[in-house]
Amino acid sequence: MTSSKLDAKIPQGPIAEKWTKYKSTIPLVNPANKRNLEIIVVGTGLAGASAAASLAEMGYQVKAFCFQDSPRRAHSIAAQGGINAAKNYQNDGDSVYRLFYDTIKGGDYRSREANVHRLAEVSGNIIDQCVAQGVPFARDYGGMLRNRSFGGTQVKRTFYAAGQTGQQLLLGAYSALERQVGLGAVKMYSRHEMLDVVIIDGKARGIIARNLTTGKLERYFGHAVLLCTGGYGNVFYLSTNAMGSNVTAAWKAHKRGAYFGNPCFTQIHPTCIPVSGDHQSKLTLMSESLRNDGRIWVPKQKDETRAANDIPEEDRDYYLERRYPAFGNLVPRDIASRAAKERCDAGYGVGTTKQAVYLDFRYNLINKYGKAEASRLGIENPDLDTLVKLGKEVVKEEYGNLFDMYKQITGEDPYEVPMKIYPAVHYTMGGLWVDYNLMTTVPGMYALGEANFSDHGANRLGASALMQGLSDGYFVIPITIGAYLSSEIRTKAIPTDHEAFVAAERQVKERLEDLKKINGTQSPESFHKRLGHIMWEKCGMARNEKGLTEAIGEIRELRKEFWKDLRVTGDVDEFNPELDKAGRVADFLELGELMCIDALDRKESCGGHFREEYQEDGGEAKRDDENFMFVSAWEYNKESDWTLHKEVLEYENIKIAQRNYK
Amino acid sequence: MSNENMTIHLKVWKQKNAGSKGHLEDYKVENVSPDMSFLEMFDVLNEELIHDNKEPIAFDHDCREGICGMCSMYINGRPHGPLEGVTTCQLHMRSFKDGDTIVVEPWRAAAFPVIKDLVVDRTAFDRIIASGGYVSVNTGNAQDANNLPIGKDKADLAFAAAACIGCGACVAACKNASAMLFVSAKVSQLAQLPQGEPERQARALSMVAQMDAEGFGSCTNTGACSAECPKEISLDNIARLNREFMGASLSKPE
Repeated sequence: MTSSKLDAKIPQGPIAEKWTKYKSTIPLVNPANKRNLEIIVVGTGLAGASAAASLAEMGYQVKAFCFQDSPRRAHSIAAQGGINAAKNYQNDGDSVYRLFYDTIKGGDYRSREANVHRLAEVSGNIIDQCVAQGVPFARDYGGMLRNRSFGGTQVKRTFYAAGQTGQQLLLGAYSALERQVGLGAVKMYSRHEMLDVVIIDGKARGIIARNLTTGKLERYFGHAVLLCTGGYGNVFYLSTNAMGSNVTAAWKAHKRGAYFGNPCFTQIHPTCIPVSGDHQSKLTLMSESLRNDGRIWVPKQKDETRAANDIPEEDRDYYLERRYPAFGNLVPRDIASRAAKERCDAGYGVGTTKQAVYLDFRYNLINKYGKAEASRLGIENPDLDTLVKLGKEVVKEEYGNLFDMYKQITGEDPYEVPMKIYPAVHYTMGGLWVDYNLMTTVPGMYALGEANFSDHGANRLGASALMQGLSDGYFVIPITIGAYLSSEIRTKAIPTDHEAFVAAERQVKERLEDLKKINGTQSPESFHKRLGHIMWEKCGMARNEKGLTEAIGEIRELRKEFWKDLRVTGDVDEFNPELDKAGRVADFLELGELMCIDALDRKESCGGHFREEYQEDGGEAKRDDENFMFVSAWEYNKESDWTLHKEVLEYENIKIAQRNYK
Repeated sequence: MSNENMTIHLKVWKQKNAGSKGHLEDYKVENVSPDMSFLEMFDVLNEELIHDNKEPIAFDHDCREGICGMCSMYINGRPHGPLEGVTTCQLHMRSFKDGDTIVVEPWRAAAFPVIKDLVVDRTAFDRIIASGGYVSVNTGNAQDANNLPIGKDKADLAFAAAACIGCGACVAACKNASAMLFVSAKVSQLAQLPQGEPERQARALSMVAQMDAEGFGSCTNTGACSAECPKEISLDNIARLNREFMGASLSKPE
């Protein structure tokens, strides 16, 4: 049964009417009152920038915060392949229902139906809005928008701008945000990091932020606080996240009463550039869109010594096409990642470390693009060189920046030889638990985008993160926040010398000073690396009871060592990246433990969460719907002590089935 | 490509804060792998400095994929170092030789004051965008996306201009510290598209005015900006900005 503390506030009625009806009946705030209501938005990625801009356009007073030097640098910028929308521009049978269905199924039946349906409903509006802002999506010669395919679907619904879709969407949202900054409706605080939420009479009323340039702590009031602070993949140290991506804001909120949903649901992306050495600071993604045109394979024989291009067709094992003929190279990420791990563990991996598989473009470069271009140009019986040359031009247009990046990092030219790729941590489906309004369990505190848990279940489909971030920011929160703020119109701005602000600032200050005065010998970076190693080995692509139990013990020990032997150079009251990092690592050291506890508790395999004890004979994940069809929402009590609340998931519209991509 | 590890000598700009004087400081980094990125070499150096209880070097960085625009090192007299079309984070040590001495400085421009060491304040760029680098369309105003066909050639040109990552290398490369390439990229992107048409003239005028107010220098068409741009933003954009600005100035009602 769903815990009484969790009310998802899902509107009544048939799924296709819930959002429309709810929108039309939700309480409103009149324009004159909006001007007196202040909203704090933390984080300026797709969710934060779109929310801040949209709320300011409506008349609210907005304060936006980011730790980067400019809101345009939030990590959404790095998203490559595309954004899904149920436009059915390709006339291939797409619909809101199909996007809804694919997302629920892709998430391995662990997401909330009502939220996902709403996401699919507004997906088309997002594309309209972005185009209106001047986002330069890829287009056909006739001027219409193009689409490409992504994993876990059989339609083409992904809109894109070469391999820079996230950049173009974020710059669109950023320009909308800056427009409001220019108009004075948003006050922007860059190089500011939120270090605590201020709660007054049980409601979120503000934040304590550290000005990273001066090191000073500052207090900000808001009638509501929106956390749009992204995911926590960097708990693994090596991930495709930006170096600064962190869990701190969400974690502070968690410790102030926001439940954390499904922390163990992390996404390992199958196509990343493999680790090259101990110096490695981050991993680089090669977009899922490459799986449209790249074929994944390993040699059929172990200890193959020939170069990739010298291995003939009959000696190659296109293992995804072999195991999953219906979806082939476009199976969802969790399945593709596990399949790569399986081949490498069995000894068929390639490259010096044998921890890589090939992603090969030659076949489609010649047969798909080369031939199409040749016939478009009217070249009859083109020879192989011509096909390669023509194909390369198209591939360059579709993925040029990714190919350049690969070459820059590895020193190898992917136009000539197959890429070597391996799975890496990429995204976190888990996050702060939110209801249908995107409100956490703390009244007045919301979580949007990757920071919440709601839409992707146990596995996110490719090109759906951008969709969710913008859906939450542009189209959901501007409506749903009215349900709360309409009852706050009599609340006057609370002065920041209120005792709750003073107390919260004092606690933040003490923690920073505590970090500094440990005065030990080891750097924040070195602790982060060690935590990442534990997480990857024991709470990564495959998990088991023994490993998780060990990990919990090891993390506790590491945390003790951290608080005894950390060294933070520089001072507390100045620009100090080491101090910033130390605070983030301290929070990761607490989150890591909760992730392992959650993974241990979930005695089933689903989506990205693969427990070795629970698998089918063929190695596929074995879900346990009878006992685990719920969202795990963890309430923080004190260090190493959480209470589990369950939100039971009810599927009224989708028939639950074993996921089948064969 | 050599697989041997290298020894690198660095001369790095150290400056406590905006108010203090800076200087170049010497460092030696050993066991540098050719596969390391330039920033990873700095990570290794900083870990050694922390180990020796010395202060690490402050530098901006984030995505390390060449797209966020945060990294900003002036390496041997060139923004983002010796390669073309590459940010500092995508520069690898295989571009250097064992025993090399490398000078690393922050972006230098009056409009980009130093915060600490190699970290500068680029909020001037945000203020330029806030002055007009957008289409004024509120959320919910949009029509169906395919109601507005845009020819592929125009769309591609707009995309090429929109690839700017706002890193500021163009300003750092320019002897006048001009921001013309940055401003022109945004003006060009929107001037090519029908969505940008209604505000086309106002945009050019207000963005240029803000650029001047921030203290960026004038453009003398040297072209260093485009040559050093990690996203290879074309100089054609500056020509287009000049045209847009001229046209807008002439037709501006008094």
